Amino acid sequence: MMLAYRVNYYSGIIIYAINIGAYYFLWKAIYGDADTLQGFTVAQITTYVAVSWMGRAFYFNNLDREISNDVRDGSLAVQMTRPYNYLIVKMMQGFGEGIFRFGLFMIPGMLVVSLLFPITFPSDPVRYVVFVVMLWFSFLINSQLNILTGLFAFFVENNEGMMRMKRVLVDLLSGVVLPIAFFPSWAKPVLDWLPFPAITYLPSSVFTGRLNGPEVWQALLVQVIWVAVLILPIMAMWRSARRRLFVQGG
Amino acid sequence: MSFTLSLFREYIANYLKTKLTYRADFWVEVLSDLLFSAVNLVFIFVVFIHTESLAGWTEAEVVFVYGYFMLAFGVFSTFFNLWNFSERYIVKGEMDRVLTRPAHSLVQIMLENVDPPSMVGGLVGLAIMGVSWSTLGLPFDWYDPLMLMVMVIGSVLIYGGLYTSLAAISFYSDAPTGIVPLMFNIQNYGRYPIQIFNKGIRFLLSWVLPFAFVGVYPASFFLDRHEDLTMSLLTPVVGVIVATIGLTIWNRGIRRYRGAGS
Repeated sequence: MMLAYRVNYYSGIIIYAINIGAYYFLWKAIYGDADTLQGFTVAQITTYVAVSWMGRAFYFNNLDREISNDVRDGSLAVQMTRPYNYLIVKMMQGFGEGIFRFGLFMIPGMLVVSLLFPITFPSDPVRYVVFVVMLWFSFLINSQLNILTGLFAFFVENNEGMMRMKRVLVDLLSGVVLPIAFFPSWAKPVLDWLPFPAITYLPSSVFTGRLNGPEVWQALLVQVIWVAVLILPIMAMWRSARRRLFVQGG
Repeated sequence: MSFTLSLFREYIANYLKTKLTYRADFWVEVLSDLLFSAVNLVFIFVVFIHTESLAGWTEAEVVFVYGYFMLAFGVFSTFFNLWNFSERYIVKGEMDRVLTRPAHSLVQIMLENVDPPSMVGGLVGLAIMGVSWSTLGLPFDWYDPLMLMVMVIGSVLIYGGLYTSLAAISFYSDAPTGIVPLMFNIQNYGRYPIQIFNKGIRFLLSWVLPFAFVGVYPASFFLDRHEDLTMSLLTPVVGVIVATIGLTIWNRGIRRYRGAGS
């Protein structure tokens, strides 16, 4: 089923390359004559932008939309009678899709953009392994946020706007559009207490070599903690959602 | 024309009747539109914490261009809400119904999908232009409002023509091409000073997919420091050309249309 829509991956790669290109030229203009800004060299920011977008290609999914559709058309009720945990099944579906996006979108996409823009790849193989692990946690955190947004369909009539707002906010606050280091100084401590930077900023900082030695493991730990913490609101919402569920015409 | 205008009135009245039943939806849509723009503005503001100028453009000037883009885009999305054209009209076969009626098919489809919440974003864009106008201390000439209208109409025609052509592709092929999101991402380039791009992209944005005419070129008419009279005055011309091309592709596509076959 996934392979039937191969064109989506190709056009996806082109779209992401276009976005990376826009930010590449923007950042070049922003730097002007400056060598480094906020500790980023031009080469690092270019790599950061590219790897952040391509990482997004992997962890991005539409679980929020799928769940809220299931809630609204009532097919969730059928799924609930089955002997599995609905949320875990959804998560695994997203992961399966993610693996396809990893192989057909992210890796070839990364190759394409590395031909177009000056990207520096890390030389240490361990860094790649850590990055892939961190990316997997990015996927978990992002999916958890999607599940939370999707489950809101139980409580409000229309969560369309909410889903759109979440998407825009995640892109901004996770650091895809703008590395957290560039945020105004009052915003950084606030973001430290939010799960968003763990989605993009931390793994991309590892990939670009901004984090080294023990900082890498610290970043990974932050991700693990967020995955664990986010389970709580999901469980709470899932429980109260099941109590609220009544199916029309069922 | 007066027939079309009377249709427009009827459709808007109908829209209000159905949509005001779900007032919350209206405001949620407005809010999420504005949030999208807010993120782009935050990007501009944050960027200018770290630099004085972007290829010679100051913060207020870049914000002004963005305001212009919001205005033109707001008007465009109010009237050309064609995003799910293929899905709704071709795959589900609603095009058959449209074609049995006397008004022009494109007009009907535009009216059926008219989306007034998008206009709020346009008005915010106008307000942003106003604020930057006074920050920059730009002179205000009597012809400026008039020129703004001409420019916005030109820009809306460019977007309208381009997206009409893309929607018309559905007449030739019903497979999803993914080309619309592609365009949507390329159009973002037009919001920034054209000087930051390399020659190839500049050419593309000016003459192939003229998105620079929905942002930096027309806006520069009012920014005396960056005035590029030839390019900015070309906006309505390019608008008419692109709109004509779009309409031609549409009309030819209609003739090829054979229905969903059900």
